[in-house]
Amino acid sequence: MNSMGHSAVLVAVMSAFTILLRFLPFIVFRKRVPPYVAYLGRVLPPAIIGMLVIYCLRSTAVFSFPFGLPELIAVLAVVLLQIWKHRSLLSILAGTAIYMLLVQLVF
Amino acid sequence: MSRKTVRQAFVKSIPVMAGYVVLGIGFGVLMHAAGFGLLWTLAMSLLIFAGSMQYVGVGLLAGGASVITTILTTIMVNARHLFYSISMIRVYKDSGRYKPYLVFALTDETYSLLCDGIVPEGVEAESYRFLVSAFNHSYWVVGSVLGSLLGAVLPFSAKGIEFSMTALFLTSFVEQWIKADNRIPALTGLCATLLSLAVFGPERFLIPAMLLITLVLSLLRGRLENREADT
Repeated sequence: MNSMGHSAVLVAVMSAFTILLRFLPFIVFRKRVPPYVAYLGRVLPPAIIGMLVIYCLRSTAVFSFPFGLPELIAVLAVVLLQIWKHRSLLSILAGTAIYMLLVQLVF
Repeated sequence: MSRKTVRQAFVKSIPVMAGYVVLGIGFGVLMHAAGFGLLWTLAMSLLIFAGSMQYVGVGLLAGGASVITTILTTIMVNARHLFYSISMIRVYKDSGRYKPYLVFALTDETYSLLCDGIVPEGVEAESYRFLVSAFNHSYWVVGSVLGSLLGAVLPFSAKGIEFSMTALFLTSFVEQWIKADNRIPALTGLCATLLSLAVFGPERFLIPAMLLITLVLSLLRGRLENREADT
């Protein structure tokens, strides 16, 4: 299969499985939600968000120059801004701008 | 649907507008940098409509990932939607013909706007929920298209713009951390993923991490539910 065709398949797969996940509970738990599933519904979201943060930072070079410094500085900026202002959009824009400046001009 | 319903739905969706347009632009720019033009970006934003998944999807497309990796990654990244849907079963109970679209468009942000089930007085509830979802969807599509077009003419280097995804997840992590009365789930997510990364390396740690998180949280169920009951 050529790469365009393969990419189209991947987009279709992502779309189909995203839709499947969104619809599944409406089909399966129409009558009643089992307590174990409801429990996972409460505790999984924060854990998954934590996982995605690490996922984004997975390729950070910690043991060679610049030792993950751009990531560390930008992450701290986002976290501190968010704690201070609680404005997600502001934190995302500022953090990304800082990171872009660091990797393009400083390191 | 009445003008009042349309107006109220629009007002409700305004907080999401800026976020979706900006994140959509980021997605479009990333897609362009990865060699995927306007039509690809448009197709993904129309048909997937899941921000984090689409950001992760840029990497899958650019790297020519296998179908099975794509399926598993989609399930991992979007697993949380199962739980949004579970908690919306009641709210969307009587949505009738709007229901398929409402379920399709149940993103993190739409969920956060509609999960309390409350609608303003005097609006048609089902049309209102449909419009809030559709407004959000349109912001996301418009942002993505803008980003794809901007990517072609950007006057400066876009290197580092992928950090916008990290920042997106960080802000929701921080917000949940502040509001949570129990931080063990969030800590479990961080620790299990770091451990998995150290053991399996950056290419294949996501699936073991997800399994480990589910296992640990299942084992802690008795303890965590007792603490919920105490508070």
